[in-house]
Amino acid sequence: MKDSIFTVHRQRALTDSVMELQLRGDCSAITCPGQFVNLRLEGLYLRRPISVCNLDGELLTLVYKIVGKGTVQLSQMQPGQTLPVLTGLGNGYDTALAGERPLLIGGGVGVPPLYLLARTLRAEGKTVQVILGFNTASECFYAEEFQALGCELRITTVDGSAGTKGFVTAALPEAYSHVYTCGPEPMLRAVYKSIQTGGSFSFEKRMGCGFGACMGCSCKTVTGGYKRICKEGPVLQKEEILWED
Amino acid sequence: MGRLSVALCGIELDNPVIPASGTFGYGWEFAELYDINILGSFSFKGTTREPRFGNPTPRIADCTAGMLNAVGLQNPGVDRVIDTELPKLAKCFQKPVMANVSGFSLEDYAYTCARLDKEPQVGWLEVNVSCPNVHGGGMSFGTDPAAAAGVVRAVKAVTTKPVIIKLTPNVTDIVAVAKACEQAGADGVSLINTLLGMRIDLKTRKPILANTMGGFSGPAVFPVALRMVWQVSHAVEIPVVGMGGVSSAEDVLEMLMAGATAVEVGAANLVDPFACRNIIQSLPETMDRYGIERIRDIISENRR
Repeated sequence: MKDSIFTVHRQRALTDSVMELQLRGDCSAITCPGQFVNLRLEGLYLRRPISVCNLDGELLTLVYKIVGKGTVQLSQMQPGQTLPVLTGLGNGYDTALAGERPLLIGGGVGVPPLYLLARTLRAEGKTVQVILGFNTASECFYAEEFQALGCELRITTVDGSAGTKGFVTAALPEAYSHVYTCGPEPMLRAVYKSIQTGGSFSFEKRMGCGFGACMGCSCKTVTGGYKRICKEGPVLQKEEILWED
Repeated sequence: MGRLSVALCGIELDNPVIPASGTFGYGWEFAELYDINILGSFSFKGTTREPRFGNPTPRIADCTAGMLNAVGLQNPGVDRVIDTELPKLAKCFQKPVMANVSGFSLEDYAYTCARLDKEPQVGWLEVNVSCPNVHGGGMSFGTDPAAAAGVVRAVKAVTTKPVIIKLTPNVTDIVAVAKACEQAGADGVSLINTLLGMRIDLKTRKPILANTMGGFSGPAVFPVALRMVWQVSHAVEIPVVGMGGVSSAEDVLEMLMAGATAVEVGAANLVDPFACRNIIQSLPETMDRYGIERIRDIISENRR
């Protein structure tokens, strides 16, 4: 974990409500795909956790959805502005579990962390299959980016306006070696029930600190213990997940 | 004794800065960030007789100049704390630690404190009386002077270590509770615990916290906390540990001027994991600015 100052490099809208933000700073604490950073925004008390979408030297890409006060403020930041960022947070995706034909499943704003994962897996020579699920065609983003990595891409939309009509589970391929997924909890539950292999699931929860101190984001696991989504998570393995109703 | 040192219930601290319970775990995880021996001490995660998972999530809500938490005393239970957490802490912290204890009955408090009394690392027992009394209709021990005094007597009977009672601000008269604790034999009081609050999500029209209500802390509560520290420290003779929204060296000095002997830092640790280190490092220059030679000199000035 590292606390340092980042500078806004550039920012653009990917859809009506999804933004791509590039920050420049010390990314040395980020060790694997699926980790997140925690942004301190002027005038807001708690930091805002956002998953790492891509990393190139000092350039950190975050893709986020505008949902509340913090993300509205973030979307208005201009190139050159600075903000304190805690980097290298969380236990991300382990690419050693991938096998030869990993399947990546992302839903909506759960898509971003899969990008750095796909890039890493492609660099390791894997055949990477990707399913990206959205509500409707106008909400789709990053399809070209995944294709440019050489991934086998399938899009699903709930209303059928792009790709296969239905949820991500409507587009499962016949063969895959391991599943990596991130998205809204109902989607994660559906993926959990549908897949035939092991899986790495990334969860989202309201956090206090983001580094394991406050116990704000704990969840129970099948072993009877607990994990902190910010510290031992956000990625949990399929066999340890205990769904709470 | 150094320029920053203070004495709390007979134990000398290198400086008055103590991370508050629930914001610093059992310490050892923060030792990866910096040498935590620079701290005066720290108060470890509220510990109960049995392990507790705590409340359902969401447990956290952001607020203007503060936050709400309804963690619900998640902890591994006193046996695991003694077997696992304290040995890990011993490797990275060589000073007396403040053991924060919670309970839901007098028996709980006595059991947990008796176990921790045997631990040489424990310098003080900080007893949180904000929890509901399961045998008393669920009302918090700390809201009734007689019930709080009962906890003090139950704990004092099982330990020779200094007992500091952590008081809730959610009362009509915190001075009455503090006086009752002093008369029952408490060695000190710490205040304030969090203020009861809530937030509602405009989109769902429901409370943000799964527990509906939670404890409010952060810079917004500082003036309320300072006022209560002032009132209590003018009414009792025992040491007062001040806390509530402390985020800077200036806040520490203000708390000491209000009568606190030492100061706990809570929510600030969750926004900035280096908050306590930064406060300690900036204390000398801040003292210079206000003409303070030794920090302990300002504590008693305003106490009766």
